[in-house]
Amino acid sequence: MLYDITLRIIYRYATPAASARTILRMQPRQAPDQRMIQGLIDCNPVPFARRDRLDFYGNPLVEMAHQDALSEVEFKFKGRVERLIADRGLDLSGPWQGIGQEVAAVASLSPDAPHHFLGPSPRIPYEPAIAGFAQEVVQPDMSALDAARAVSNAIHDAFAFDAEATDVSTSPAEAFEARRGVCQDFTHVAIAALRSLGIPAGYVSGFLRTEPPEGQPRLEGADAMHAWVRAWCGKDAGWHEFDPTNAIDVAGDHVVVAYGRDYSDVAPVKGAMRSAGSHSTLQQVDMIPVEPVSAASDAAT
Amino acid sequence: MSQNEPTPQDDPVLTLIDGYAPPKGVADELLQANGQLRPVWQGFLQHLAAQSPEGRDAAFARGDQYLHDEGVYYRKYSAEGSVERDWPLSHIPVIIGANDWANLTAGIVQRAELLEKVMADLYGPATLIERGLLPPELVAQNPEWLRPLVGVTPPSGHHLHFIALELGRSPDGSWFVLGDRTQAPSGAGFALENRVAATRVFREALSDANVLRLAGFFRHFRDALLGLRTNGQGRVGILTPGQHTDTYFEHAYIASYLGFMLLECEDLSVIDGQLQVRTTDGSEPISVLWRRLDSRFADPLELDETSALGTPGMVSALRTGALNMVNCLGSGVLETRAMLAFLPKICEALMDAPLILPNIATWWCGQTKEQDYVRKNLERMLIGPALSTRLPFDMDTGTVLGGRAMDDQTGPVDDWLSRNGPQLVGQEAVSLSTTPAMVDGRLAPRPMVLRVYAARTPDGWTVMPGGYARIGATEDPTALAMQSGGSVADVWVVSDRPVKMDTLNAPPTGAFVRHQPGALPARAADNLFWLGRNVERAEAGVRLARAFHRRLDTFGPDALPLVESLRQYMEPRGLSPDQGMPDGLLDLFALARDNAGKVRDRFSQDGWNALKDLENTAKDFATRVQPGDDAASAMGVLLRKIGGFSGLVHENMFRSDGWRCLTIGRALERAQQITSLLEVFAAPEAPYGGYDVAVELGDSVMTHRRRYSVETNRNTVIDLMALDLDNPRSLVFQVQRIQDEEAKLAGEDAQRPADEAARLILQLRTDLAVAQPQDLTADRFAAIFQSLIQISDALTRRYFS
Repeated sequence: MLYDITLRIIYRYATPAASARTILRMQPRQAPDQRMIQGLIDCNPVPFARRDRLDFYGNPLVEMAHQDALSEVEFKFKGRVERLIADRGLDLSGPWQGIGQEVAAVASLSPDAPHHFLGPSPRIPYEPAIAGFAQEVVQPDMSALDAARAVSNAIHDAFAFDAEATDVSTSPAEAFEARRGVCQDFTHVAIAALRSLGIPAGYVSGFLRTEPPEGQPRLEGADAMHAWVRAWCGKDAGWHEFDPTNAIDVAGDHVVVAYGRDYSDVAPVKGAMRSAGSHSTLQQVDMIPVEPVSAASDAAT
Repeated sequence: MSQNEPTPQDDPVLTLIDGYAPPKGVADELLQANGQLRPVWQGFLQHLAAQSPEGRDAAFARGDQYLHDEGVYYRKYSAEGSVERDWPLSHIPVIIGANDWANLTAGIVQRAELLEKVMADLYGPATLIERGLLPPELVAQNPEWLRPLVGVTPPSGHHLHFIALELGRSPDGSWFVLGDRTQAPSGAGFALENRVAATRVFREALSDANVLRLAGFFRHFRDALLGLRTNGQGRVGILTPGQHTDTYFEHAYIASYLGFMLLECEDLSVIDGQLQVRTTDGSEPISVLWRRLDSRFADPLELDETSALGTPGMVSALRTGALNMVNCLGSGVLETRAMLAFLPKICEALMDAPLILPNIATWWCGQTKEQDYVRKNLERMLIGPALSTRLPFDMDTGTVLGGRAMDDQTGPVDDWLSRNGPQLVGQEAVSLSTTPAMVDGRLAPRPMVLRVYAARTPDGWTVMPGGYARIGATEDPTALAMQSGGSVADVWVVSDRPVKMDTLNAPPTGAFVRHQPGALPARAADNLFWLGRNVERAEAGVRLARAFHRRLDTFGPDALPLVESLRQYMEPRGLSPDQGMPDGLLDLFALARDNAGKVRDRFSQDGWNALKDLENTAKDFATRVQPGDDAASAMGVLLRKIGGFSGLVHENMFRSDGWRCLTIGRALERAQQITSLLEVFAAPEAPYGGYDVAVELGDSVMTHRRRYSVETNRNTVIDLMALDLDNPRSLVFQVQRIQDEEAKLAGEDAQRPADEAARLILQLRTDLAVAQPQDLTADRFAAIFQSLIQISDALTRRYFS
């Protein structure tokens, strides 16, 4: 599938914010099943300094600095992405209870190594309540892949999607207690649950196609940036992605922007504006399929 | 009685150590295993033995007094918050022979080089992981391993420049490492202060004893820091978390000792990849930063997003290669307890040699064999979090001493190990050596750990010949921390040859060079400005309270309209007329102390003591002073103390930009106080006696009497208090002073286009120059007050933010 994607994030400040420094992770990254045909990150007003690079996990990021006081700033990504739908084939993962030995056998600190995605991370401490939930969801004889999917789907079943119940700083424990939230909360709870089982799990930020294919229901989370979970299911099976907000395996309707341990690693805009007053944020996403004229020939090159 | 040789009554040294009995099975610094005195202690003990108990007490008191006067303190934490405490000096030094020390030095240097290699690997190719020398989760799940620093190579080529090692001495007399301190090791400044204090206590013993000097170490390190500047450009700064951190005193002390700027994160910004400090002269580049702040907090943008202390972009400045940091961000990972389990093998792999200086035996319980070993030897294990960076003996809730936790419950510890193995390490509960401390007039053995320091210089690592020892309050080795009542001692490395005098200053070879004048960070300037304002505001409040209470005493509460006017003038200023010592004044003294506390590196110790004395006196008065005559005389005492403080500032403080900010703050506040005073008490409708109050509050009674020899009237008061350039209490005098000092602060450039602050000052100065007393109505004073507020705001924008 070929998509045209636009993401706009606008900040408005009640009192102008001086000397802003911002880190943006808004542009789709390299991932096994996708590639960016073209894409651009823009900012208005134009920053005083800008530097583009990759972060530790290989996510493209842009550092920007503004020197003049800003009352409004708009960050925009516009691009075209090809999403391949790979044939997943057989479930190659072993039993989830044996995942510890598989993790231990990986002698690497590379960004995809499972070790980064176990234990607590800045936004996801160990939560006994979530661990108890995870234990109830999985069966002893499940494969790691089935266990990860079961956890993701169970969260969808137990939780209500509610954009008013939580905000960007809600902890996994709070969201779990309320059994409500948005994709970020669903994903954080899923990660906490999987890690408590010893299954390495990380956060994926990305886009979800705005309008579903004909005859299918519209997915939750398509109006803003979306989030889902990735789980390491063993040396041979590798990483698999699940969308706990919609109880589906991630496939052709999702485009990956960034990988991380939790939201703090992938926030689309991280900023340090020195402003005394309040601010408001507006986020807008469009992900529109491009009519299949040349997708096949592009894919062949 | 000693278990050793019989004690000849005529040998005072033997009398002194009679009864000194180290616990069995530990090494002792004073006595050899056979009970004989170690020769390096002989000379010192002779000095000590020659003192009478009274003389010794007096000598110890001199050391304590020195530390107290210097304001050497540490912060003690409790459930109710934290308080400053005097530095707990254990007066008896730890004495180590130069040969023993030389062996130790070789081990320290090797370890420093090893740690550098480990850090370069963990933030680079991570071959230690691939070769199986270090388990990946100890790095990947370590909060001190900072991913944004992976791939960042410091421009100097080195991550580590200044480290400390915490050492213990094992029963066989050999040294071992309890922990590596690589994050932002503290205590080097305390070691210096301990030495100065020890000099006060044992002046002669020290000079006779060939004790190696510390100054050379600091000189080399200072020069090394200056040498790290990119192309010799940019400034060197010391980054502190601020005055509420437990070692702030030391940061301020080291900054002024070495002559570097003391900075807080809010002083700094990153502009186009370059770290800059905001000063009264605008932004200046910082190219070397000695970081005394934990890495994680240094940059809320790329590191801990919840940090309120950091500078956004700090990591970016490192990445562009425009900054050398001592030590580079991320160095805390080397302090991890579990690292000690692997360093011996890592050393052999990276250095092709075994560790000269071993560390405390450590087993990571994420490995089956190691966990079993810990389980089987619980009674001599400290078990705690694997990723903790605390020292083994810093007992916290997460650490148990196997033997003690066991008692009848081997079960739970066993379960704990099985469930949480990879999160735990076992460390051998070694016996620390003992060293003599003076307890109730006798020498008694106390457990000791030693902190030593190494600094990187262009010629390699150099080790401070000394350090500081932490001494337990009891024989319990877990009570070493100062937080639990321990004390610290100076460490003497004693040579058998005479030692040359040494100071921080290099020998006078070559031409004299005056160092670049220190730039004044805007935050420091702001604090000095407000220190001036708050002290002056307090002084005005004290005068007001005195005037009120005098009249209250003479005339009674309802007798005069003037008393009522004073009451109405005081209340909106936070000065309750019903309190002998108004709360508002206590607040002002506390604010002034807080301002001064933030600029300890630029503020004389005497000035600081004067401020503390002022605050303490006021607090004491608050407990007992009654309104009326009692309060009036208490205010007199405070006024004299404020006068003492002002004298110290004006007579002794170097005419730096810092002094100018303080002076401008004072003048501005005084101008505002006079203006509002005249607006009310020199108004034609002011109650009878108002003119006298104005003159009294303006401290100009004598002058007025001599100058005008008439009763006060409105014109004489306004002439003297507002327009007389010879009266140091007049409004115009303050404005003139603000104008003079602002011009110097701005620089010598007379051609500069006058900025907002200078224009506003000039305007007011000119208005006053042409004003006649009768022009200055109450409305004019109100307008002048507004101009003064505008001037303050303009100065703040130009210099203090």
